[in-house]
Amino acid sequence: MAKKKESTLINMLVALLVIAAVSGGVLGLVYGVTKDAIAEVDQKKNEAAIQAVLPLENVTYKADTMKFNYEGVDLTFPCNLAYDANGNFQGAAVKTSEGGFGGKIDMMVGFLADGTIKGTSVLSHAETPGLGANMTGKFKDQFVDKNPASYKLTVTKDGGDVDAITAATITSRAFSKAVNKAYQAFMANKAQFMNNTPAKEAAPAVEAAPAEENNETEGGQSNE
Amino acid sequence: MSNNLQTFTKGLIKENPILVLLLGCCPTLATTTSAINGMSMGLATTFVLVLSNIFISLLKGFIPDKVRIPCFIVVIASFVTVVQLVMQAYVPDIYETLGLFIPLIVVNCIVLGRAEAFASKNPVFPSLLDGLGMGLGFTLALTLLGCIREFLGSGSIFGLTILPETANILVFILPPGAFICLGFVIAIVNKLKKENH
Repeated sequence: MAKKKESTLINMLVALLVIAAVSGGVLGLVYGVTKDAIAEVDQKKNEAAIQAVLPLENVTYKADTMKFNYEGVDLTFPCNLAYDANGNFQGAAVKTSEGGFGGKIDMMVGFLADGTIKGTSVLSHAETPGLGANMTGKFKDQFVDKNPASYKLTVTKDGGDVDAITAATITSRAFSKAVNKAYQAFMANKAQFMNNTPAKEAAPAVEAAPAEENNETEGGQSNE
Repeated sequence: MSNNLQTFTKGLIKENPILVLLLGCCPTLATTTSAINGMSMGLATTFVLVLSNIFISLLKGFIPDKVRIPCFIVVIASFVTVVQLVMQAYVPDIYETLGLFIPLIVVNCIVLGRAEAFASKNPVFPSLLDGLGMGLGFTLALTLLGCIREFLGSGSIFGLTILPETANILVFILPPGAFICLGFVIAIVNKLKKENH
């Protein structure tokens, strides 16, 4: 067995340097190998989430963003817009988030063109397992096929229509608020999506009409 | 040979890192909300423990005493990052549930403890066995705790529902439940150990 090296400055420097360099090299290698797989997993997760919240047939999805001023804060919502074969706007899967009990809850909410919620899905969260984390079960299903025009997106305790999770009111509130944000952003932005269909791109004259109600976001959208 | 066997088995019961040595309680308390979480965490830690023990045993002649701790930590952190990347790529579901606790394996005192107490003084093969034994002992304890807490707190074991929702005792899924369970399990293990002597 090799004798232990003495702790001279040179020995210490060499040992640390070699170990750090080799470790760095190995990590770089592993990162290179797993990079594509991780990106693929992320993309699949994204696609699965879109499918889960907006299960429509014969539509193509187009990535976009919508801007909305919610309670005085300018927010940007990444979204995927669904168009059928004729270029008619069918709905959108909107990404949204809100601070929950344990951290940020990232969600995706699917809306039909009339604003009806088609589905909700939690992308990532840090809620208490067994309590808030149960939002991914029965709780989120109660939003399906509800139209927020007649369905109040706050928990019953606050006078709304959402049944909160037992012992996880904060999570339930955050979830409802995130859905509400997405809904309001969707309603404020959907007019331009309807006239911004891929099939009708060559008709800028039509776009002028809905522009009145939302001048600021219209400018951002037409740049694309 | 019997010596090697002892090196391996001591981690399982006699020197079980959780139930007897009480090392690495942070991930133990945090990840045992369900049996599958506890087991995955245990296995990820076992993997890191075995590899870090092997490499530290190999490198022990090369590492000067005064910088041994930083060297150990770099080796351990590298393996943990490897585990993290691999899990993220190939078992994304488990990666998501364990989330934050994977990188925290770096500072799990079992891993550094075994490197310092065993691998830096022993040849490669016994170090491997020591890491494997300790890792499996850790996995065993975490799975056991996970089963108990999941059963009492959500009425299921490994996701298989056994009791109706009304029979759930929520506190066992929350942090206080972890302490209560761990205390009882340690008490039982101590009692059993006394009777065997």
